Amino acid sequence: MAYSDKVVDHYENPRNVGTLDKSSEAVGTGLVGAPECGDVMRLQIRVNPATQVIEDAKFKTFGCGSAIASSSLATEWVKGRTINQALTISNTDIVKELALPPVKIHCSVLAEDAIRAAIGDWKKKNGVAEETHAEVAVAS
Amino acid sequence: MSLQNAIGHNGNGNGSNDAVPGTNSTGVVITNSAAPLPAGVHLPLYMDNHATTQLDPRVLDAMMPYFTGKFGNAASRNHQFGWEAEKAVEIAREQIAKLIGATAKEIIFTSGATESDNLALKGVAEMYRERGRHIITQVTEHKAILDTCKKLEKQGFRVTYLPVMADGLIDLDDLKRAIVTEGPEKTILVSIMFANNEIGVIQPIAEIGKICHEKGVFFHTDAVQAVGKVPVDVQAMNIDMLSISAHKLYGPKGVGALYVRRRNPRVQITEQINGGGHERGMRSGTLNVPGIVGLGAACEICMNEMAGEAVREAELRDHLRARLENSLDYVHVNGNMEHHLPGNLNMSFVYVEGESLLMGINDIAVSSGSACTSATLEPSYVLKALGLGDDVAHSSIRFGLGRFNTRAEVDYVADKVIDVVRKLRELSPLYEMVKEGIDLTKIEWAAH
Repeated sequence: MAYSDKVVDHYENPRNVGTLDKSSEAVGTGLVGAPECGDVMRLQIRVNPATQVIEDAKFKTFGCGSAIASSSLATEWVKGRTINQALTISNTDIVKELALPPVKIHCSVLAEDAIRAAIGDWKKKNGVAEETHAEVAVAS
Repeated sequence: MSLQNAIGHNGNGNGSNDAVPGTNSTGVVITNSAAPLPAGVHLPLYMDNHATTQLDPRVLDAMMPYFTGKFGNAASRNHQFGWEAEKAVEIAREQIAKLIGATAKEIIFTSGATESDNLALKGVAEMYRERGRHIITQVTEHKAILDTCKKLEKQGFRVTYLPVMADGLIDLDDLKRAIVTEGPEKTILVSIMFANNEIGVIQPIAEIGKICHEKGVFFHTDAVQAVGKVPVDVQAMNIDMLSISAHKLYGPKGVGALYVRRRNPRVQITEQINGGGHERGMRSGTLNVPGIVGLGAACEICMNEMAGEAVREAELRDHLRARLENSLDYVHVNGNMEHHLPGNLNMSFVYVEGESLLMGINDIAVSSGSACTSATLEPSYVLKALGLGDDVAHSSIRFGLGRFNTRAEVDYVADKVIDVVRKLRELSPLYEMVKEGIDLTKIEWAAH
């Protein structure tokens, strides 16, 4: 299978690989996928509690090149956005950006899930309810 | 012709310098192709000899005249062109028979091993339908056997698929228990592959043959990976039918053979292709004379060189294995290594997904059991049959060493695999978790 140049670029030079302190209040961790399915993504964000801006993001992924590229791209996209803006990132954006073939769409779905899981974890830790959050979204 | 010329390397002697070192904060760069290639290594590098083999230049030399001046139809009985072609075919028949301990009359030419497997199974099933309706095979067979058995099931046959043990071998007691000797459900055929195409394990063929003959059941073996690589003797091993493919033993694609025993016991098969009555009516169709000459020549080279080649390949294979095991943790060798093809090594690099590994070593041709490399998104059924977890199956790589692989190539492959596995493990959340002492089986994964 031929990979798109962007997938190859993210695979060869993955952005934001690493680990944030998952016990920190400011860090949200999303761990999605399953080893038996051949894909596990861990995406972590560090959020500024005052502004709700994602100031840092890190990932590690067990999976094919497209899965690595999808999660690498996700970290690039969430950095500097507020959590609400990050929640608007959809898997179809990732599919488009990386030119993923149909058989690899599940990789983009997993990356979207990872973003949502990381944000969900941060919200839980910081007692941010969905409603409150919606108000913030309106306010911003 | 030198080997390099024959392979047709891409002339990229310095290695590609396309990859720009990463600029990300962690500095992880998966492929680092700036280093010059070692002497004697040319890219792309072929190490997938269970899929197919490079045509031996000597085989091509033998075939060439039959593409040009000697173009006759082997079935033309009344002129020199036909006689010449027929003579070449009969020489090839002898060469093949000699390699497996058969007689020339027991060799039927086909288009390849898939056809040979179909002809053997369907041919016996149809011929002996009244004798019994039961066939035995095993779960790690090639699809040419498994799909043929599925078809026969639809036609009213009962098929037993024996399991394999954790090392890939069948349990002979399972086989003995499965054979039915009385009634309409009587077993007519056992088909067990000689050596597995993914994990390289060699089944106890002589013991299986003995059991089958004691119970009066025909024994077919798909010996595609074994013929020309390890000794095969249809007499000593009590084999009644055996499938061969030319392109797996440095011959051309599109030609194969089926050995069918003529006495003690005589095996009859119902033809599956009707036409001019070629191959004593068992397989009609004008003979592929150049291909058949190539198969014969390939068998003769194997006959002469197999013993030394097997030792050399096994040494290379063991060297590759040792290098990988010495440099990497969490590696698994799949399949019994005692009863094993000399050129095969199937290894799992746990916590690294197979397709991502292949992507990092994309100038090396090997195979993966990962789901992501298959159309079905299912990991290898062979590895699953060994009881390996899907996660380990997803991490597997098959190295297929062959006649033209060198030690320099093996070292290059080892270097590259070690390098890429290490980098992908830096990227692997599973590896990090295991290193931290987290038991991955205790995590509630959300299967997707």
